Amino acid sequence: MSQAKPYRVSHLDALEAESIFVMREVMAEFERPVLLFSGGKDSIVMLRLAEKAFAPARVPFPVMHVDTGHNFPEVLDYRDARVGELGLNLVVASVQEAIDSGLVRELPDGTRNRIQTPVLLAAVEKYRFDALFGGARRDEEKARAKERMFSFRDEFGQWDPKNQRPELWSLYNGRHHPGESIRVFPLSNWTELDVWHYIAKEEIALPSIYYAHDREVVERDGMFYAVNEFIVPRDGETVQTRRVRYRTVGDASQTAAVLSDADTVEKVIDEVAATRITERGATRGDDKVSEAAMEDRKREGYF
Amino acid sequence: MSQAVLETEAAAARNMDLLRFATAGSVDDGKSTLIGRLLYDTKTIFADQLEAVEAASASRGDEYTNLALLTDGLRAEREQGITIDVAYRYFATPRRKFIIADTPGHIQYTRNMVTGASTADLALILVDARKGLVEQSRRHAFLTSLLRVPHLVLCVNKMDLVGWDKDVYDRIADEFTSFAAKLDITDLTIIPISALEGDNIASRSEKSPWYEGPSLLHHLEHVHIASDRNLVDVRFPVQYVIRPQSTTVTDYRGYAGQVASGVLKPGDDVMVLPSGMTSKIAAIDTADGPVDEAFPPMSVTVRLTDEIDISRGDLICRPHNAPAVAQDIEAMICWMDETAPLRVGGKYTIKHTTRTARTVVRGLQYKLDVNTLHRDEDAGQLGLNEIGRVKLRTTVPLLADEYRRNRTTGGFILIDESTNRTVGAGMIIEAG
Repeated sequence: MSQAKPYRVSHLDALEAESIFVMREVMAEFERPVLLFSGGKDSIVMLRLAEKAFAPARVPFPVMHVDTGHNFPEVLDYRDARVGELGLNLVVASVQEAIDSGLVRELPDGTRNRIQTPVLLAAVEKYRFDALFGGARRDEEKARAKERMFSFRDEFGQWDPKNQRPELWSLYNGRHHPGESIRVFPLSNWTELDVWHYIAKEEIALPSIYYAHDREVVERDGMFYAVNEFIVPRDGETVQTRRVRYRTVGDASQTAAVLSDADTVEKVIDEVAATRITERGATRGDDKVSEAAMEDRKREGYF
Repeated sequence: MSQAVLETEAAAARNMDLLRFATAGSVDDGKSTLIGRLLYDTKTIFADQLEAVEAASASRGDEYTNLALLTDGLRAEREQGITIDVAYRYFATPRRKFIIADTPGHIQYTRNMVTGASTADLALILVDARKGLVEQSRRHAFLTSLLRVPHLVLCVNKMDLVGWDKDVYDRIADEFTSFAAKLDITDLTIIPISALEGDNIASRSEKSPWYEGPSLLHHLEHVHIASDRNLVDVRFPVQYVIRPQSTTVTDYRGYAGQVASGVLKPGDDVMVLPSGMTSKIAAIDTADGPVDEAFPPMSVTVRLTDEIDISRGDLICRPHNAPAVAQDIEAMICWMDETAPLRVGGKYTIKHTTRTARTVVRGLQYKLDVNTLHRDEDAGQLGLNEIGRVKLRTTVPLLADEYRRNRTTGGFILIDESTNRTVGAGMIIEAG
């Protein structure tokens, strides 16, 4: 800390302090919190904040992965390594198992983003989780810009945007009846760039697919999808090897890569600072369905 | 670019200040356009967002790209052309990161503006130069002062539509200044702008040679906020007790919390409330290691030299500078519930810092007309968006300061015990 500016706190330190405060509030006021951990950069940062919030004690809650079955192997490896390193309890809510048992039905197009919501809700009910930490940020999407830090969900996991609790000062109201729950978003006030600056500052390791690498891709709807067991080239599509990286990590059948030479965290920061396309717009097929795609999914219980 | 330069730039970008501001305006004051303009001029708007807005504007038959559409997030808002809820927006310049709490100007505006203002360093109020001050402008100024937002900016918008007439601007500025003088407003800046055309937003406009103040963005980047924090009164509400159940870390007992005010240092004599027991700070821990001092808004873990029984809801302060330990509270309340009014005799859950208790409304001294500041002493209740002075009695003592001295230890919320909804926001006037 510089002597010239005493008692100064940088914006990243202020964001970290706020997120840590929120996590401690949840731990103090809820009985069964869980942290949603996908192996994506936002959930990785959130887990790091949890580690810092309760140090020198261990992270005092389990993590849950809603596993669509469409994974990048690098991300699953990362997930397991990180969970092992922190000695966490990992709950996997498997969409494949839910399909096999008849809880949900595979959609005709084979995408699983929408059918993960019932799987998530079933896991919440089974383990009686009352607070779920999610890594969503308000800068991601217009509906998220209006969601609270503590987002109340009824017994069906639904978000009612017109009936949200006012959130004043740092007084978060987490009261709920049995069966209801609260989704908590400690990264609400972070932007994509903040997340990357924090990754650099904290020297946080990420799954390798966040950095530029050569990969076989096909161009589809103006986006580059990796050719793998979930993305099979269609007629007229040519498989090409391009230098790409992933800006977001979601369902492997729906998450596209961006062309990039950024192979270090500093280069990624430069790229993100200069980019003119939002990360969801650049990489998520699922958000292009309609102007209100995210709002509709949240109403159904999605994050 | 060399590695050294990259590192310096990265360090600078990680080292910006954070400024939170709330925006308020009446319908059609151009608030959404102004926010769109700020995002656009700071290159925060992305190409795909702009494309979506251009397409939406075209389909609505707008004559120009309607930047207001950038901030309307929900389906009903787009359909009805209104803003329903507080929306949070982000942008940054090389100096500062900004968080905007964008509060709608129409229905339930008091509830929303109070919410947005509660965390704001600065409030930005818009008026339409053609209309001048309206009832809502005065309400917004009053709420800014009630919530003790340290800085206020009045943007006189749509100056292009009055031909950049200095007299129009002066008249509005004079009227607002004399109204603000009746309130508790310490720092007021007035700026003539055109949000639509971008004048005096990112840089000074040639159209207003008579205006000698800063552009809006320049002001937002430079307004001095470091002194707004209370660094005098040590207040550390205990959030959570960290006691590792581990074989490697033994006998650790730390009190986790966020510094509300004051500066804590190892070796300081402290008192713990409500017990009144005293001790010394043994260490201030963070996950990155111990620190020499902690100040707002740091989240830290404090260890004391003595084993005292401390739990969530207790507060660490200095022995000769302590908040009130009080069950009788007088406060201004903004009522936020549409389903039932606040009534004398009503019982609620009260949440104040990290402490939760029950409370009963002992009396409603007056209801305040936020337009005229008239006090109605015969009001029997407070309805949605109404503000009044109440007396409360709590089941356990609160560790409270006056809100005007400390926004963290002076603010509280009321929660309905059957619906669990947040129904009121309170600002303590007197605790004793």
